Amino acid sequence: MKARIVITPKKAVVDPQGKAVQNALEHMGYGGINAVHVGKYLEIELNGADRETARRQLDEACHKFLSNPVIEDYKLEIE
Amino acid sequence: MNFAVLQFPASNCDQDALHALRDVLGHSARYVWHKETSLGDADAVIVPGGFSYGDYLRCGAIARFSPVMQAVQRFAAGGGLVLGICNGFQVLCEAGLLPGALIRNRSLQFRCEHVYLKTLTTESPFTCRIPLDKLLGIPIAHGEGCYFADEETLNMLQANDRILWQYCNAQGEITGQSNPNGSLRNIAGICNDRRNVAGLMPHPERACETILGSEDGRLIFESLLHALQSKAVAEAA
Repeated sequence: MKARIVITPKKAVVDPQGKAVQNALEHMGYGGINAVHVGKYLEIELNGADRETARRQLDEACHKFLSNPVIEDYKLEIE
Repeated sequence: MNFAVLQFPASNCDQDALHALRDVLGHSARYVWHKETSLGDADAVIVPGGFSYGDYLRCGAIARFSPVMQAVQRFAAGGGLVLGICNGFQVLCEAGLLPGALIRNRSLQFRCEHVYLKTLTTESPFTCRIPLDKLLGIPIAHGEGCYFADEETLNMLQANDRILWQYCNAQGEITGQSNPNGSLRNIAGICNDRRNVAGLMPHPERACETILGSEDGRLIFESLLHALQSKAVAEAA
């Protein structure tokens, strides 16, 4: 099993990296971009078999450690 | 007084903090390695600047789970005085000892320069000896010092006099231009509800001697010492 976690800045948080990337894209001539948000992607290889246990544990880890709920949102997928 | 200066892998202002406390201010100070589970007989704790654990994941995110931080949690819960400087401020926010978070500077630049700080209250162990009309000239050196908290938290901090320092210009005016990192409400440092834990991005330990261009940082440590000495006298009585 593998967990994929995507962490992005909350909408209310200023994201200067996203803004800089957006400006660069526009400068390069790529149009139609409304906003860019720069975040983090984690891939976690799991050796357990129980998907629900893994989800529960990783959800807790995301909340406590892998993301900071003050400034970030996360999405957790297990496949 | 005895100070504990924490050391994480990649702390890099630990020696400056120890020097300021021991050699400049003449007090006892020792390093406490991140794997230690006790702070010994420390009267106060300094969480110094640097890049603890490489600042991997987020600044301060890994340091907060170190054994020594569990001791700091207990120390703070018992009313002990804790000051986080730069990365130390980030660690204390991650640890939940202070509200909010420090994010990437709005300019995306690492800013290394002298700034002016306005002290907003003398009602804290970290500011009790700072004349309110005295602006502090203290250096900053950080890439992720933009203080962020939601509106409700910011209002609560302001209403409870918990914003200790704001970035200002040489005239003491709180302006956008004097804000080096985009911190909301120009916040440079705050304290917790109980007023025994504080954090700030600027480096007072680098501003304790005239040869370094400013002695203003001493006022923060002298406040801390005054508070500790008053506490010791009160406990002895």
